[in-house]
Amino acid sequence: MSLNTVVPVKNGEPIVAIRNLRVEFETDSGTVIAVEDSSFDVFPGETVCLVGESGSGKSVTSLSLMRLEEFGGGKIVSGKLALETATSGKLDLVDTDLETITAARGKEIGMIFQEPMTSLSPVFNIEKQLTDGLKRHTKLTGPELRAKALALLREVQIPEPEARLKQYPHELSGGMRQRIVIAIAMACAPRLLIADEPTTALDVTIQAEILALINRLKSDHNMGVLFITHDMAVVAQMADRVLVMHQGKIVEEGSVDDIFYRPKQEYTKKLLAAVPKLGAMTGTKYPKPLDVSSKTNKQINNKMAERANNKNILELKNLVTRFPIYGGVLKRKVANVHAVENVSFSINEGETFGLVGESGCGKSSCGRSILRLVEPTSGDIILNGKNLLSLNKSELRSARRDMQMIFQDPFSSLNPYMRVKDQISEPLKNFGITNKSQTDDLVADLLKKVELPISFLKRFPHELSGGQRQRIAIARAIVVNPSLVIADEAVSALDVSVQAQVLNLLMSLQDELRISYLFISHDMAVVERVSHKVGVMYSGRLVEMGSRSQIFENPQHSYTRSLISAVPIADPKQRNILGNVNFRPIPSPVFPVGYEVKVPQYKEIEKGHLVLVE
Amino acid sequence: MTFIKKFINFKGLIGTSLVVLAVGTAIIAPLVIPLDYATNMDMRARLSPPTLDHIFGTDQLGRDLFYRVMLGARTSISIAVSAVLLSLIIGLPMGLISGFFRGTVDNILMRLVDTLLSFPALLLALTISAVLGPNFINTILAIGIAFTPYLARLIRGEALRVSQMPYVEAARSAGANNIRIIVGHILPNITPVIIVQFTISLAFAILAEAGLSFLGLGTQPPEASWGLMIQASRDYLDRAPWTALVPGIAVAVTVLGLNMFGDVLRDVLDPRSKT
Repeated sequence: MSLNTVVPVKNGEPIVAIRNLRVEFETDSGTVIAVEDSSFDVFPGETVCLVGESGSGKSVTSLSLMRLEEFGGGKIVSGKLALETATSGKLDLVDTDLETITAARGKEIGMIFQEPMTSLSPVFNIEKQLTDGLKRHTKLTGPELRAKALALLREVQIPEPEARLKQYPHELSGGMRQRIVIAIAMACAPRLLIADEPTTALDVTIQAEILALINRLKSDHNMGVLFITHDMAVVAQMADRVLVMHQGKIVEEGSVDDIFYRPKQEYTKKLLAAVPKLGAMTGTKYPKPLDVSSKTNKQINNKMAERANNKNILELKNLVTRFPIYGGVLKRKVANVHAVENVSFSINEGETFGLVGESGCGKSSCGRSILRLVEPTSGDIILNGKNLLSLNKSELRSARRDMQMIFQDPFSSLNPYMRVKDQISEPLKNFGITNKSQTDDLVADLLKKVELPISFLKRFPHELSGGQRQRIAIARAIVVNPSLVIADEAVSALDVSVQAQVLNLLMSLQDELRISYLFISHDMAVVERVSHKVGVMYSGRLVEMGSRSQIFENPQHSYTRSLISAVPIADPKQRNILGNVNFRPIPSPVFPVGYEVKVPQYKEIEKGHLVLVE
Repeated sequence: MTFIKKFINFKGLIGTSLVVLAVGTAIIAPLVIPLDYATNMDMRARLSPPTLDHIFGTDQLGRDLFYRVMLGARTSISIAVSAVLLSLIIGLPMGLISGFFRGTVDNILMRLVDTLLSFPALLLALTISAVLGPNFINTILAIGIAFTPYLARLIRGEALRVSQMPYVEAARSAGANNIRIIVGHILPNITPVIIVQFTISLAFAILAEAGLSFLGLGTQPPEASWGLMIQASRDYLDRAPWTALVPGIAVAVTVLGLNMFGDVLRDVLDPRSKT
């Protein structure tokens, strides 16, 4: 069902009024309706959040507002897009000529895209890209243009704006680039700002900064903001009004409080229940499944925890992994990237160790070093009493039976040319564990364990959804009965409701099969939900380590604290990141050859809670 | 069944028919047409346009172009197919090994390929053919070796790309050894590229054979091959354009058919494509 009645929240005229919008895409397999019968308004000075899972039509809606839908092959079939312009009165974007629309793009409506890496052109400097729109829409020239560009950079709080003008995008960090993108969108002082997943590709501390910036610009300029996101926590932090989209339709509309505290639609409730909320685990001893209805919502009673044995599965001692950088005419080693520096921790049977940190902190390198997918420089990795670093190639191959990996992207971690059955049975074949009939039984059994129908055996990966693919990847990882599974951002690429189901599956499998997980993630809320123990990584080192409650309820290290404070909480009453935040940039992990690293010293706050002493 | 279904579309049917026509001719024509029909000269009917006696016309020596193009199919197609297969047999392992193992092996193999690439393919084929002496087998060898570096380069690039995919890493952590990864994971994922390159190379090989024959280093007159016919026609283009058109159309139809067939074959082998 759809809502055609729009609840006006603000007085005055809306900047845009969208009525009964319908967008279709022509594909090989017929017409696909991307957006159906959608109506809503955006008023000056308010943030409207359009929230939904992938494929819900939220991005198409925003592209239609810029009349950019046709670049993706879409077509507005019916509806009205009434834009209140500053100069020429009301404009219906649906049946206006291209020239008027191009004149409105950038001037009346500014847009921020998801990927700051790709939404800036790598071959032009910042000044050129900033002033492009100004040249088109204003009469400014020469020095005036430059002055305006500098003013814009100051407005988005970029340090040393004069120096930035001559720089190219690759010379700037991701957060800085997104600020440039925002400055470009703001160049002609648009009345409506569309932000399409503007922080999804960014680290959490940078996300907090960008969100705060958008908020400030909104109130300074009395702009309307249409904020598109899949992240309910960001919605809770940003929105005045919320529109929930599902399969091309707006299923619910309301104030942010209404949506979060009094959701009416089943879908909205489901979406909210699937979001892990940071801090919701306070006072809970063991990981707890999320409250989502799945077909087989197994009850997890932490059998493992009750059996509580302290059998050590994995122990890392001073693990160091460095990647050489070659340079000069002779391609000599000139420096090292210190990806993992003196990391030590241990994981017990049936336990989840959550490894969190921002991109580039070395958490993935750490996971891959354990499997020796990359060769560690020094240290000890002891798995079930065997030191993996002393093994030769063939010994390593058989040792890998005991440790398996789940990768982030379920679309590229499965071979597109292999059927599900062959994917799952591949490890059995490689290790020569079972004969053919045993293999068939085992694979069928596993498919049941990961809650997929047996008919999937003959399918190819492209015939499955992201969540189903990730279940196959999980089945493949546990088919050889490993004692350790390394899950590297295993749920990051999934939609929130699917993410919840996969997390629950991982927890119930752990309960049943006594697997230990090394759970690598950037998502603090997810880590809080699934982990027994947590390690926080920063610039290659573990800065703090302890039980889940020690880390989340009593963080000691300044980095852990700032990380926790930057995480948006999915609760509009706890708006924690709206102030003017500024976090320290992460230092470069590149050091010259022969650089002496100090062995880190840890202080034990209480039993098992270690904090790096600096 | 689904394989056959995927062939049934415009491109698939046309492409398959053309390939069947060309290959069929190459196989059947020499069995039903006496071989000397291609070399019999009829001096009174030199450069005759298409008539009832000579439906495709005749060349400068009065030889019937219909019989020549029919009997020339075997020479042209068998040389092209064998040469490209040869280049695949050498280039595929080279490319796979280079792309997968990288490092020193890659450096050595690719410098070798670079050396070969620095000569124009035809010049290389010419040299090989000149050194070995012109005959059927040596023509195949010459074209096959000349085509190898292009194929090896392409396959190396693809193997390099695929070997960095997460599913290859997943296979490695699932205990797969190098052979299993190359054969089971990398090869299937680069077949589409190989097929496309294979069909395009066939077209170029037919033309390369023509070039060699022209210079007297490929098929020897009076034997017929399409390339030889095209080259022989050059002096009479203004007076007797059919002498070029007949073999030209034969080459064009075969190449077009091969390309369409290759395209469809690629789709058929890709599980992601719809039926």
